[in-house]
This record gives sequence, structure tokens and C-alpha cells, in this order.
Amino acid sequence: MPAPLLEVKNLRVEFPTRHGTLVALDDISFDIAPGEILGVVGESGAGKSLTGSAIIGLLDPPGRVASGEIRFDGRRIDNLPYEEMRKVRGRQIGAIFQDPLTSLNPLYTIGRQLVETIQTHLPVNAAEARQRAIRLLQETGIPAAEARIDQYPHQFSGGMRQRVVIALALAAEPKLIVADEPTTALDVSIQAQIISLLKRLCKEHGAAVMLVTHDMGVIAETCDRVAVMYAGRIAEIGPVHDVIHSPAHPYTVGLMGSIPAMDDERERLLQIDGAMPRLTAIPKGCAFNPRCPRVFERCRSERPDLIDAGNTRAACWLHAADTKAAA
Amino acid sequence: MSAASIMAAQPLVEVHDLSKTFDVSAPWLNRVVERKPRQFVHAVDGVSFAIERGKTLALVGESGCGKSTVARLLVGLYAPTHGRVSFDGVDTAATFKSGNAQSLRRRMQMIFQDPYASLNPRWKVADIVGEPLREHGLVAGTGGVSSRVREDALKVRVAELLLSVGMAGADVEKFPHQFSGGQRQRISIARALATQPEFLVCDEPTSALDVSVQAQVLNIMKDLQREQGLTYLFISHNLAVVRHVSDQVGVMYLGRLVELADKAALFSQPRHPYTRMLLDAIPDIHMSGRSRTPVQGEVPNPLNPPTGCSFHPRCPHANERCKQERPALQRLKGILIACHGVEEGRI
Repeated sequence: MPAPLLEVKNLRVEFPTRHGTLVALDDISFDIAPGEILGVVGESGAGKSLTGSAIIGLLDPPGRVASGEIRFDGRRIDNLPYEEMRKVRGRQIGAIFQDPLTSLNPLYTIGRQLVETIQTHLPVNAAEARQRAIRLLQETGIPAAEARIDQYPHQFSGGMRQRVVIALALAAEPKLIVADEPTTALDVSIQAQIISLLKRLCKEHGAAVMLVTHDMGVIAETCDRVAVMYAGRIAEIGPVHDVIHSPAHPYTVGLMGSIPAMDDERERLLQIDGAMPRLTAIPKGCAFNPRCPRVFERCRSERPDLIDAGNTRAACWLHAADTKAAA
Repeated sequence: MSAASIMAAQPLVEVHDLSKTFDVSAPWLNRVVERKPRQFVHAVDGVSFAIERGKTLALVGESGCGKSTVARLLVGLYAPTHGRVSFDGVDTAATFKSGNAQSLRRRMQMIFQDPYASLNPRWKVADIVGEPLREHGLVAGTGGVSSRVREDALKVRVAELLLSVGMAGADVEKFPHQFSGGQRQRISIARALATQPEFLVCDEPTSALDVSVQAQVLNIMKDLQREQGLTYLFISHNLAVVRHVSDQVGVMYLGRLVELADKAALFSQPRHPYTRMLLDAIPDIHMSGRSRTPVQGEVPNPLNPPTGCSFHPRCPHANERCKQERPALQRLKGILIACHGVEEGRI
């Protein structure tokens, strides 16, 4: 197995507030191999976008990495000075955000934005950078790229803008792309185009992807592995097929059962009662225990770490060796 | 004819050739000085359908296809430019203008997409859910009874409504910000149910919610329909959700209905190329590794829709006739469809 491209170890992100410290991410560990697509899925507030922001070094203050480490290509990046991190961001790690309108500057032509990005990171002159920008736009499927490069973001539709954002993310040939809900703002027909484009380009450019989304369907058809997050922790991580078809964590089971699929004939959907706890009131023990249908004594007092559960790893006491022995 | 057979014969809601045009022209001065023409958007163009009592019709389509405008036309938030909506045999547009609007409004209610924007943040839940009861005078013991008795009756009724959507009666003293998105949407549903309506218009009621919360809300909506015999118009862009809740499905594209069929027929045998495209575009969690067939092109600008069939620039089966002649919605093999290709048997 090749050395992982990105290693996240025991990452903890805190937000100091007047009323005490909020732990937004706690003990997050995972890695991404070169060229791999890792999906990160969860409900709003689970901490999936925050994980992405921590990796690209764009945590909003007062949020900070309190402990743990993030290694990229063997080098520690979570404690780099701002200027150093700027060189990593864009060059080594590209980012795609949810809203294609706010991630482009409305005052500059898209050509200028692409050329700026390319020249910041790569030693090329203006003419070469422009040629490269046109090639990137063509690759992302923008018709008449030579003409459209001199247009402004408002002259593009939502789907076309997201293509430009993908071109920007790929401009300096990064090895990893952090894509935070790249298709959520788009209509389904456009969503399919963007996902297949992202998948194809990352394969061609050999880039690994961390795909943050709440849409299990997008995960299913795009990712190699998936991490399911709940209340700032990873509940389950494993190959996408196993997590979807034989989930080990009761939360993943509930999440899968609550999604209406095109081929199911159920009258009622499986529902997880209650809602995800707020950061200020994360229950003791397993964070999912008040909503869990299979809760037992140990869940209420002790917090589970990720343990092997068949083909996946789940943070659930049901899969601990001694629980199984007792059963 | 007995009452039961009338109910079976007549749909609760009938929409005939409904159209809504919005004037999006530049201001008068600009039109005069810059010689800009007047401009109109045909947000809804000649839509007809009927919903039977106790059934759910879903409207699907991408953003800007006019589905929310249809919802607003139905409940009287917009007046139709053309065509008519009849509710239980009564023309709604005329009734909303007349003095009888109140009784009609009581019978149809709406649930909106954004549970954060549709509840007044300064009101307690008791006031939010109680408002329709007060407004329509639906609290027991109006007239001679003291206001204290009336208030007590109101509280009891509000608590009942909250219980029916799976919330606690003690929640009446709280403000909307104390609830999560799913709970707020349930408060919206409780408010809509307060007047004991027969017809609910739900405009993307779950698209702002997380999947596990969406499941809670969809289950409640289905339970309520079964218990109270509600009729729904359900608007969504999520085909999997539509397939779960609806009896009939109408597919809209650029303001027009392109296909209307029973759920089973539409999902097993989609006929219109746009419906097929939408179905192909859904990511399905049970088919990991399957690559979707991405459709080419995007929704055209509604200010300047294509000639002929508005889907022809994206349609793989389009020919000369599709580019020139606009297909009408017609009944073919039990479904309603607007497509020259299907009519000619090409597709």
C-alpha cells in the first residue's frame, strides 16, 4: 500500500467562546491515498465542512486546531505559518466550494482569475498562463473557451460557473482537491454533469479528492471510501459499498434507511427520532446514545473509538470484542 | 346521486389552462429613453391537471420551471393571468376576490420550503399555531363565553395540534429559534392543519432538511393524510422523495407540463425525453459504481424560450417539427404527454 497523501491524526478543533470552549471536531483520524476519492458525509452541523476547512488551513477565527496533526505528503501542515500555508493551498491542495457565485470575484474576468492563480503557483509567463487557462476551460467542457475566457462570472450560468471553479482548483495541478458540497447549489441534471466531470478530471490529473457532501447518492457513485460523521466525530469509515449495504454503526443504518431510494416500495421510511445534539450539549459517552435503538449501559458512560467492524471501522461498542463475547 | 358518488366523481382540485405572466420590463423611463421593449416571463403556461380527494399530486422540475408559481396560484397568493382553478367545483380566483374568501382559505393551506423564514421569530409557538384558529374563529365557545375560557380552549387545541405532528404540548411557550429545522417544519405543518383544511399545498417542504429529519417529516405527512384524508399538492425537485409520497406525478419544464402520469407508469416507463433525462440524472445510493448519463446543456433563459418544443435544444430526438411546432399536452396510452416524438411513435 502506498504512503498516504493526506494523514489526519486525532484532529481536534475548538472554538473558544465566552461560555466555555466548544469542541467542534474531536479525535478525527483518517487518511487519503494518492488518487483516491474519500467521501465525507453527515447532517448539517456534523463537522464535515469544518474538517475540510481545517485541512486547507482556512478555519474561521476563533476556531483553531487544538491538538492532533495533519500531514500532507509526509509534511506537517497544520502548524505552518500563514505565508507558507498559502503556498501549499492552491499548489498542493485545491479547493472547490459550494456556491460558485461567491467563490469567483465578480469584478474580474474569469481569464484574469485563472491566469493569476496559474502565475502565482507555476513559473510561466502571461501568454503561457493564458494558453493553459484556455486549455483548462476546454477540459472542463466550456464551449468556445477562447471567447468566454474574457467574460465575467455573471455571464455564466450556475453549472458553467462551477466548471470554472473546478478549472481554478485544478489550475496548479494540485495532488489533493477538497470539494465542499460542489453540487448542492445545482439542479439534478447539472449535478450529474459536474460530478462526472470532477471524477474524470481528477483521474486524468491524478488528483485525490476529499468530497464533502450530505448527498449519499453522490457519494455512492463517486467515492472509493466514505467517512460518516456525527456530532464532530467519525461514526463509521470504510469502503463505500460496505458502508451503504452493510453499515455497522446504528447511526449509519438509520441514515441509510431514512433515504427514499428509487427502487424501494416501503410505505414508511426508517426514522431516527430526535435530532443531532448541539455542540454545547454533546451527551456523555457515545454522542449518538440518546437516539440509538441499540443503546446499552456502556454507551452512556464511555466514548467508543473506531474499532474494526467487518469491512468497515465503526465507533460503536456493539463491535467491541468483549460485547460480542458477552452476547 | 349520493354524496359518496359525487365525491368519487369530482376531483377536489381542477386546474384548467392555467397561465401566469410576470411583467419584468425595465422601468417606464428606461423604456422611453433607451427604447427598451416591454418584457414578459411566462412563468406558468397552459397548465391543466386535477387532484382527486385524498390523493397526492407531485410536481417536479428544475429551478425556474414554474412549479412554485403553480403552488402560489392555487392558494391565491397570485391571481392567474389566464385559465382557472376550481376547488370543490368553485372558481377560486373569483371567490378570493369576493366576500367568501375566508371560508375558502380555511379549506386550503400551504407549507413553505424554508422553516426558518416561514415562522415569525418574535412569536411564541402558541401564537403561531393559534393565529389561524383566532383568525377563522375556530375556537370553541365564541360569543358569550368569557375570553379566559376561550384562551383555555385555544391552548388545548394548540397542544393537540402539536401532539399530532409529534411535538410536546409544553413546546407552546417556546420561540422558533429554540427548535431545529425539522421541528420548525413540524410547527409549520401544525399551523397549516389548525384550520382542518382539506387541501395542503407543500412547496419543497423537506428540501431544507437533513435526510433523517426529512424522513420524520415525510412519515408525519403520510400519517396525517391517512388519518384525515388530506389532499396534497407536493412540489419537489427530488424524484426519490416524489416517488415515495405521490400518487400522480407531473413533470414541468419552462412553465409547461410535459408529462403527467400515475406514479408507477411514470417511474417504470417514462415517455417524455425530459422525464427520462431527469430519471437518469438521479444519483442512486443502491447503484454504487454506476455512471450516470449526464445530459447535455442547461435550462434555457425563460425570457427567451426556444421556439417549438422548449426542450428541443437538449433533446436527442428533436427534429424539424420539434423546432417549429409547440407540442400540446394530449392523452396517449393513459398518460398525458406533450411530445411530437412520442405522438409519432419515434420514441
